[in-house]
Amino acid sequence: MATLVIAEHDNAQLKPATLHALAAAAELNTETDLLIMGHQCQAVADVAVGLKVGTILLADAVEYEHQLAEPCAELVQSLACDYSHIVAAATTTGKNLLPRVAALLDVGMVSEVIAIESSDTFCRPIYAGNAIATVQALDAIKLLTVRASAFTAVGSSDHGATIRKVTFSGDSGGSRFVSEALASSARPELTAARVVISGGRGMGSKENFALLEQLADKLNGAIGATRAAVDAGFAANDMQVGQTGKIVAPELYIAVGLSGAIQHLAGMKEAKVIVAINKDADAPIFEVADYGLVADLFEVLPELEQLL
Amino acid sequence: MKVLVTIKRVIDYHVKVRVKSDGRDVDLSNVKMAANPFCDIALEEAVRMKEAGWVSEIVAVSVGPQEAQEQLRMALALGADSAILVATDETVEPLAVAKILLELVKREQPQLVLLGKQSIDTDNNQVGQMLAGLAGWPQGTFASHITREGDELLVTREVDGGLQTLALTLPAVVTTDLRLNEPRYASLPNIMKARQKPLETLTISELGVELTQHCQQLKVTTPPKRQAGIKVADTAELVDKLKHDAKVI
Repeated sequence: MATLVIAEHDNAQLKPATLHALAAAAELNTETDLLIMGHQCQAVADVAVGLKVGTILLADAVEYEHQLAEPCAELVQSLACDYSHIVAAATTTGKNLLPRVAALLDVGMVSEVIAIESSDTFCRPIYAGNAIATVQALDAIKLLTVRASAFTAVGSSDHGATIRKVTFSGDSGGSRFVSEALASSARPELTAARVVISGGRGMGSKENFALLEQLADKLNGAIGATRAAVDAGFAANDMQVGQTGKIVAPELYIAVGLSGAIQHLAGMKEAKVIVAINKDADAPIFEVADYGLVADLFEVLPELEQLL
Repeated sequence: MKVLVTIKRVIDYHVKVRVKSDGRDVDLSNVKMAANPFCDIALEEAVRMKEAGWVSEIVAVSVGPQEAQEQLRMALALGADSAILVATDETVEPLAVAKILLELVKREQPQLVLLGKQSIDTDNNQVGQMLAGLAGWPQGTFASHITREGDELLVTREVDGGLQTLALTLPAVVTTDLRLNEPRYASLPNIMKARQKPLETLTISELGVELTQHCQQLKVTTPPKRQAGIKVADTAELVDKLKHDAKVI
């Protein structure tokens, strides 16, 4: 039996999360197929041909343009009988789609897998990452979303996958795309960045948050934020790092003016090196930081920028 | 229209959990329990819809132990009209919760089911999507704004990279993100009044749902502890350490 990986893309480019999902799928030791659901998304399939996958299933129809859960779940359901595993990255798209597929197939699913022990046994964090559960999936078809930061992205190969067209079946399921407002940024994507610089409530204002941008530019890093910073309007929602935001595991995580609440740590404590800059020496963030600097961030940030 | 709101009793989000010594689960004895924060937001949204005049009745439901009555009483104090507890001491998997909710949907005939996007204990983020799939209803997950336009619900969702707005044909399922609203507190008079509101207790078998095991939890472990590092004296030392010791810049 084979594994079906669901591609994450924007109809023009394959998202890096897919490469991490493929890496997780490779650990299942089965043939891997890739499903691309979208509209006018041939370019995505052309890129995917260079990956080590067996068959690329290309579902190109206007109904799949925004990868809404209702039509996509029906399509995945119709393909599922050929697979032992269906894998998606634990992004908002994957989290939206896969449980619906599970219900249609009457099977359970395992969310946010961080390690694959065998073809049916997986590890996943619970309680905001404060415990790790090892679970065995008992259904014939195993559905997983995988945490991208836990699996190293696959590289390209000269394998030369074949493309098979899949046609639209079913209806739109009662939902309709209206609009989207995507934050545009020249910086690397938060979940894929090598360096992440995050600010908390201590940044004080939206204007001060810009101080992090200069530092991020120097380090070619992405900017993150705590929930407090987002709620206070200092930063956009999609910059939130934590249990309810994004999970990152960069090589370097610089935490500026944030205390280190449980919910925030859940999103970043797998970073290789953590630096904390905070004037409160008792802030919990210092308990996980490799390098801590107890000082006023407004003095440290300009100095740091000069020294780099 | 009628709205069904789900409330899950979970460990309070301030509590730092400990894994039991037998490694089978986390220790929930003598820890503070509360309603899941995302469920509070779902309830608050339903109450606001009622105050805005487009919801006529709110039914709060919970699947869990008898003690979950506390969370349902609180939901009644906050504005729910009635409550249903599906009482069980078993661990109920997300798909089973979705099937139980589907039975309650058939019974109560709501036009909208509001759930939290995930519970902070199991962190699954599955039940709302599963219920929508079982019911054949459209879903609006991770909602940060909900409005109504004619027979449709306009749901703005928090997605990676920004926001997306969908129009859903009712009946529909919506799961709430943190930024949807700020839940209110219950007043003492409302807590007193909530004692008089109807709270019905059912069992899973009364609803005709059979529990099938889809996942088995083999063990629970404490994640590897991160060692606290060192404090540096100034910015120059920090940069030096990052360059020469950690070699990350």
